[in-house]
Amino acid sequence: MSNKGFNSDNNEIKPVHTNKVGGSPFKGVVGWIDNRLPIIRMFKYEYLDFQVPKNLSYFWSLGGILMICLIFLIVTGLVLGMHYKPSAEDAFVSVEKIMRDVNYGWLIRYAHMNFASFFFIAVYMHIFRGLYYGSYKEPRQLMWLIGIIIFFLMMATAFLGYTLPWGQMSYWGATVITNLFSAVPLVGKFIVTWLWGDYAVGDAALNRFYVLHWLLAFGILGVVIFHVIALHIVGSNNPSGIEPIDTRDTVSFAPFTTSKDLFAMLVFLLIFVLVMMFAPNYLGHPDNYIPANPLITPAHIVPEWYFLPFYAILRSIPDKLLGVIAMVSSIAVLGLLPWLDLSKVRSSVFRPIWKQFIFLFVLDFFLLMYCGGMPAEGIYVLLSRIGTVYWFLFFLVIAPVVSLTEISLPMPNSIHEYEDWKKQGKIKTFKIF
Amino acid sequence: MKSSLKLFLFFILIISYSLTVFSSEKEVKLLKPHWSFDGIFGKFDRASLQRGYQVYAEVCASCHSMKLLSYRNLAEEGGPEFTEEEVKALASKIEVLDGPNDSGDMFKRAGKPSDKFSMPFANEKAARSANGGAYPPDMSVLIKARAGGADYVYSVLLGYDKTPKDIKLEDGVYYNKYMPGNKIKMPKPLNKDSVKYSDDTEATEEQMAKDVVTFLTWAAEPHLEARNRIGFKTTIYLLILTVLVYLVKQKVWLRIKPKV
Repeated sequence: MSNKGFNSDNNEIKPVHTNKVGGSPFKGVVGWIDNRLPIIRMFKYEYLDFQVPKNLSYFWSLGGILMICLIFLIVTGLVLGMHYKPSAEDAFVSVEKIMRDVNYGWLIRYAHMNFASFFFIAVYMHIFRGLYYGSYKEPRQLMWLIGIIIFFLMMATAFLGYTLPWGQMSYWGATVITNLFSAVPLVGKFIVTWLWGDYAVGDAALNRFYVLHWLLAFGILGVVIFHVIALHIVGSNNPSGIEPIDTRDTVSFAPFTTSKDLFAMLVFLLIFVLVMMFAPNYLGHPDNYIPANPLITPAHIVPEWYFLPFYAILRSIPDKLLGVIAMVSSIAVLGLLPWLDLSKVRSSVFRPIWKQFIFLFVLDFFLLMYCGGMPAEGIYVLLSRIGTVYWFLFFLVIAPVVSLTEISLPMPNSIHEYEDWKKQGKIKTFKIF
Repeated sequence: MKSSLKLFLFFILIISYSLTVFSSEKEVKLLKPHWSFDGIFGKFDRASLQRGYQVYAEVCASCHSMKLLSYRNLAEEGGPEFTEEEVKALASKIEVLDGPNDSGDMFKRAGKPSDKFSMPFANEKAARSANGGAYPPDMSVLIKARAGGADYVYSVLLGYDKTPKDIKLEDGVYYNKYMPGNKIKMPKPLNKDSVKYSDDTEATEEQMAKDVVTFLTWAAEPHLEARNRIGFKTTIYLLILTVLVYLVKQKVWLRIKPKV
């Protein structure tokens, strides 16, 4: 490569285009703006004319639902932040003040609390969708990796957010999780002290948790934008796992996908409202309504429900350092899946063996979730060990072995053929909705 | 599909079996009275809230604080809804240390509706020393801070029983059927006619327990009625909107269905 594009010593003369005004498909004022700032045409190309596979199921509405969750969380969080005080002395009372004295503060706070839970419900279904239909395969590996980064950020943000009300579970959850860093050989203790900004979880820690909770929330938003940009380059996968070929296979984003996604979002919101309005504390822990007390340890320290599977993995290993490594790698291993699953067939619809293992994996997830909520003794330790073993076996052994040995079912050549086969009963699809 | 179903059933069987075998904790069934605030249309019973406040003020308040509540809350919509005059009268019964005044001295005055509920003890140490080392918990959000909520607190209030022969308790520790570990440092708080209700309600133990738990539930969740009301309206609104959007979606998708 020569130094093309740079002004160089040789006297070759090339035309330059510093003025890129023009090219808008719009006329009038909109066209005038779009010629100078091409975001309107971008919106048109990416959200109106954007071609999407015709056969998407409601599992593909979860992306939009997650976006709604994130926006609602940021907006409600902004309002809460105006009333919340991040100090060990005032945090609990300031949250209660929001619940009692701030106009509709209870509504905002319950919405924020429950949206966090529903964010995870949706994201777990979103990840399952990717797993089942092979959305992590060529050319979507990078999108999948970005998704895993988002998931890590979500977990960090949710953990930090849970500490803010400074109840008993906030305090002890924070103590347990930050203490995990002490498992790092040699420098562990220093890291923990550095994280706390003190010799115990206290005022300094709460203050930085609050700042980081804000920072990471917007960090998620940023990475989500990358996730969406990548989506618009590689396009949506679909239940058949076959790439669209012509317009018989696709619909335009508006009004088809928009109307469908809007319906899915409303159903999601309806379920959300029922929980948030009639059982707002159902997904929380009663101990978090007891103000933090460093002198009294709760009988069972449990994280929020959405961390339970990973908490079970952590506790299933008797050694602290190995436990932490297992917990982190149980999520990170998802990132290797595009290179561990070697099958060329994306959708599990055509993979009879792999499909069974995915269902087992889902069961394993719930088993671990159940064990994570139980005290780490007796049968629960054994069950979480079985669960942990299967978790890693699934990714590291089953995925490559099955993908190399499995004989996939005959596949149609296109999405419209897939739809025809489905009508003729040649394909058995998995349907939740 | 079939074999995965079998595996699934096998899995469930193993788990449920192992749980029945290994679960050693025996569940204590809580008392579950009918609460007027339960359910989607739940509302507080005003008279019960007012009686409940009386039980709190005359019985519980001697040991338990309610830091997060002010007397003005008692007049607010959705609560006991005492009249403003009644609240003024209730607040004025207490003495508040205020100040400093212009000459720099602290002074005592009668309570006002804007004052917080009076504290039974000056600090935690004083509370512990007066209660045999136990700290009577603040009751502002007590109902939300206990698994089982209103049912649990109600059960504990009525759960005092003769100590079974095989259990030995130290002095100042009492037997309670519903308390985890069956030990409680609070002596039986409610006895027949502990309070004298101004309406003609009979002050039985059950009645007082029910009233005070209703009051505590309101204290923990003062906007419960508004929440139910708004929740119901939002649900109806969303239901209608969802149906309409579904119809729109069906209509839109009709445009391409024939081509397939």
